Amino acid sequence: MKPVKFAYERPGSLDEALRLLAEHAGRARLLAGGQSLGPMLNLRLATPEMIIDIGRLGELQRAETADGALVMGAGVCHADVEDGRVPDVARGLLGRVAAGIAYRAVRNRGTIGGSLAHADPAADWPPVMMALGAELDLRSTRRRRRIAATELITGVLSTVLEPDEMIETIRIPHAGPGLRWGHYKISAKPGDFADSLTVVVIDRDRDEARVVLAGRSQTPVLLPDTARAIAGMLAWSSDQSSAISAALNADLSRHGITPSLSPHDRAIHLASVTRAAREALTS
Amino acid sequence: MMKISLILNGAPVSGQAEPRTSLADFIREDQRLTGTHVGCEHGVCGACTVLIDGRPMRSCLMLAVSAEGRDVRTVEGYHDDETMAAIRRSFTECHALQCGFCTPGMLATAYDIVKRLPQADRRRIRSELNGNLCRCTGYIGIIDAIERTLDHIHGADRRNRKETP
Repeated sequence: MKPVKFAYERPGSLDEALRLLAEHAGRARLLAGGQSLGPMLNLRLATPEMIIDIGRLGELQRAETADGALVMGAGVCHADVEDGRVPDVARGLLGRVAAGIAYRAVRNRGTIGGSLAHADPAADWPPVMMALGAELDLRSTRRRRRIAATELITGVLSTVLEPDEMIETIRIPHAGPGLRWGHYKISAKPGDFADSLTVVVIDRDRDEARVVLAGRSQTPVLLPDTARAIAGMLAWSSDQSSAISAALNADLSRHGITPSLSPHDRAIHLASVTRAAREALTS
Repeated sequence: MMKISLILNGAPVSGQAEPRTSLADFIREDQRLTGTHVGCEHGVCGACTVLIDGRPMRSCLMLAVSAEGRDVRTVEGYHDDETMAAIRRSFTECHALQCGFCTPGMLATAYDIVKRLPQADRRRIRSELNGNLCRCTGYIGIIDAIERTLDHIHGADRRNRKETP
């Protein structure tokens, strides 16, 4: 065994879990699938005094469509989406992303809420939820609040979640028939953390276009200029890459990212954005 | 220490473990079943993969206490399983192992592929194996063995299959 000593609780209800979390705020960690927290415990990067195991709370594992959205408990695992047990309301994007996360043995345990709350910059779900305009219901014993997925992550492994707060549900709007998407991940090997990951979502019917870039050294960011440039293209042709490159540079400068980028990072980000754009425009 | 009770290879077992004990360590050190191998202990190498409620999972990333009441199957637990017998035969015939360290995890993953993806072609088998590292074989023998098992078990259905991405 490798982790530090900790106390263990497996509450039988969400209310009980929230009460424990509030009581031990800052000293306890929530354990859902454990596919990120597990390695961190084993590497002693996480040294909690208490583990609150929410991995079996049925309240967090429901998924239903309501009010034009998929309302999904934070405890739904990646394989449930991969295998279609949860309806893919984004015209195949959710299934594609789920199937590309790590390995099947990890997807059978890892949860979508865990991926979001952990906020690893290379994680697959945060850029997807941001690009799809998803919302998150957060809950503590003190209050409930709903935020946009774009507001969740504030930096590497950092979120707006208070120490006594958890993600309860994820609300993904039903895509219309006009939705087009592209998704491209560059990693050293399949299943490894993304060096660069881009999600492009265009819905001309609703006049919406979002592009999100993320990666091992890049907290997910919206790229509005790039989205506008891609949405303005009616079809894909290779001479559009220079327009994408110019828009991407403008977006990265606005985020203040440009100075910290190595030529390699810049090249792989341009490649993933371009390939995701191509997929969105040719699908 | 906490008391842990679960189903291990079809039989109810119980034991004591600290909350921080992984399921892999519980299986090996408390239950004395050392067929489950512990490699990287952070979910990457796949050697510790076991079936939990019929699905492959990393036993190094699950706390033993979290496995309370679950149905755990390790490499020691396939005595009467025809599918696993066929996989093992193919592993032997195709030289799908050398030192054997990765094999328990490979067999768990192979079992999942054979059961869940009867139409898997070589490309799909390769990608499904991405979570299990082998430092001896170069993987070709393992891919051959899984493909051979699929052909053997699902032969008629696979003859007219379409290639899957």
